[in-house]
Amino acid sequence: MALNRIKQGWSNRRARRRFVEGVLFASPWLIGFLAFTLYPTAASFYYSFTKYSMPLPPVWRGLENYIRLFTQDRYIPQILGNTFYLTLLGIPVQLVFALFCAILLNLNIRGQAIWRTIFVLPSLMPVVATTLLWIWILNPQFGIVNNILQSFGIRGPLWFASPQWSKPSIILMQMWGVGSTTIIYLAGLQGVPQELYESAELDGAGLWQKFLHVTLPMISPVTLFNLVTGVIWSLQYFTQAFIASEGLTSTAPGAPQGSLLFYGIYLYYQAFVYLRMGYAAALAWILFIITMIVTVIIMRGLRRWTYYEISGRG
Amino acid sequence: MTDKTNVRKRPRIRKKVVKAFYYTIVLLVSAFYLFPWVWLLLTSVKTPQQIVEVPPTWIPKPVMWSNYVSAVTAIRFFLYLRNTMIISVVNVIGTLISCSLVAYSLSHIDWPLREPLFAVILSTMMVPFQVTMIPLYIIFTKLGWVNTMYPLTVPAFFGSAFFIFLLRQFFLTIPRELTDAARLDGCSSFGIYWRIVMPLAKPALATLIAFTFIWTYNDFQGPLIYLIDSKLWTLALGLRGFANQYGDVTTFMGAMMAAATLYTLPMIILFFVAQRTLIQGIVTTGFR
Repeated sequence: MALNRIKQGWSNRRARRRFVEGVLFASPWLIGFLAFTLYPTAASFYYSFTKYSMPLPPVWRGLENYIRLFTQDRYIPQILGNTFYLTLLGIPVQLVFALFCAILLNLNIRGQAIWRTIFVLPSLMPVVATTLLWIWILNPQFGIVNNILQSFGIRGPLWFASPQWSKPSIILMQMWGVGSTTIIYLAGLQGVPQELYESAELDGAGLWQKFLHVTLPMISPVTLFNLVTGVIWSLQYFTQAFIASEGLTSTAPGAPQGSLLFYGIYLYYQAFVYLRMGYAAALAWILFIITMIVTVIIMRGLRRWTYYEISGRG
Repeated sequence: MTDKTNVRKRPRIRKKVVKAFYYTIVLLVSAFYLFPWVWLLLTSVKTPQQIVEVPPTWIPKPVMWSNYVSAVTAIRFFLYLRNTMIISVVNVIGTLISCSLVAYSLSHIDWPLREPLFAVILSTMMVPFQVTMIPLYIIFTKLGWVNTMYPLTVPAFFGSAFFIFLLRQFFLTIPRELTDAARLDGCSSFGIYWRIVMPLAKPALATLIAFTFIWTYNDFQGPLIYLIDSKLWTLALGLRGFANQYGDVTTFMGAMMAAATLYTLPMIILFFVAQRTLIQGIVTTGFR
């Protein structure tokens, strides 16, 4: 169809001119697409079948990288475990807390603008700075949190220094930075028509029932959006954990004991520390595939959930 | 959800109790959000002795303003600030020019491949950046660009799918009658883009500018991969360097928190200056 339209276009001088102009205006992206997306995507697919130790040229090895990834690499189970911990526990915790904060911001109370500012601010701040701040706050010995716990007679955990507590520490830090998700939820809440609440009240619904049967279904598209972007983000998660594990004296990646070895971090080490570009490319493609599978599962699952809620209510 | 509950004429006192309860919870959550900032500022002016005191002192005495001097001398703070600003500003300029041109082509020029092209642009957003990261690093190595600012700035001039999408949606709301009238008056396409579409798109352009700046200013992984020589480091790398060098030494914590404060300060200022744009931008872009 497009081809026909091009043919028609060429017969007409003005249309030809428009075509040239369209291409010219789009040319930054056309060049960028070829140089920074299409070629690199194809190249990384090719590299994933090679052994590529950076200064040396790539050598074709067939499926070797993928076989190693699925059967021999002893780090993979741990990395997937850590990453899915974030995806399956961290993201739901973030979303629930963000929704809770959004509901608070949507209450009919004074000073909403101030509360909103307080809630959102951390999410836009430099992540290296805020991570170092949290490492200090959660310092096992001198950190303020453990000292406050101490004053109640509780012996605080080792937080980032402990393999059991390092991921909960990350989740705590992420709850602090959840402000932008809160704002997206707030917009969703403000979009729920008041009449729905009023008619629910006439039916005798209490606060909790209104939340369950009006608010949650009405904002389910927002939840779907936040969930998908959150999950994609968690699969590519990097900076906070990189800084947190580097801050420890141990130089092993993902310290303590690999408990902060997430997919993005392992990929970074393979590519830029060990310079195994072929293997890193294979890791990247598996990440791509995992991302797509998880996104499709969420879209399918939540669409059904949203549908039932709406039809059930009617 | 709201205080519409008084429809059922509940007693006044009960309403007041509910209100007080709401305020208590909001204050508690606010304390959670504010406390780290308070602790950041307090630590940044503490003496080394006070930092390791157990139980900790709350109010620093004396106030160690000199931590801020140590912060900018222990690492080359102003050099890193300059590098960060260069990379951020160039990114903003590049993204602004390239994305607005492409979005104009996709919204106000009728040409046959425009819709398929838009579909391709959207589909590139699905590819995780780790997939292209490795070949790009290899390309930049071959160009001799590793350990320069080029890999972190040049790509901005070739558009980003996300902002092209954002601008295109906004440009489409500009009435075609307006641009058609200008065309009839003999205005060139570039003239329409520059004199009509761009001035009318200021809110969307402000969103692009603010978020591109924030992303670049805060970015860590990009500089980590490409900037090896410490003369080229950004503040994100500089602060990480600080932590690696002195992070275990708690006596340096005051200076490190001072450096973190100085690094954060421009973002806080930007946040208060552009708060409306940012909050609106989060809602329209879904940026997290």
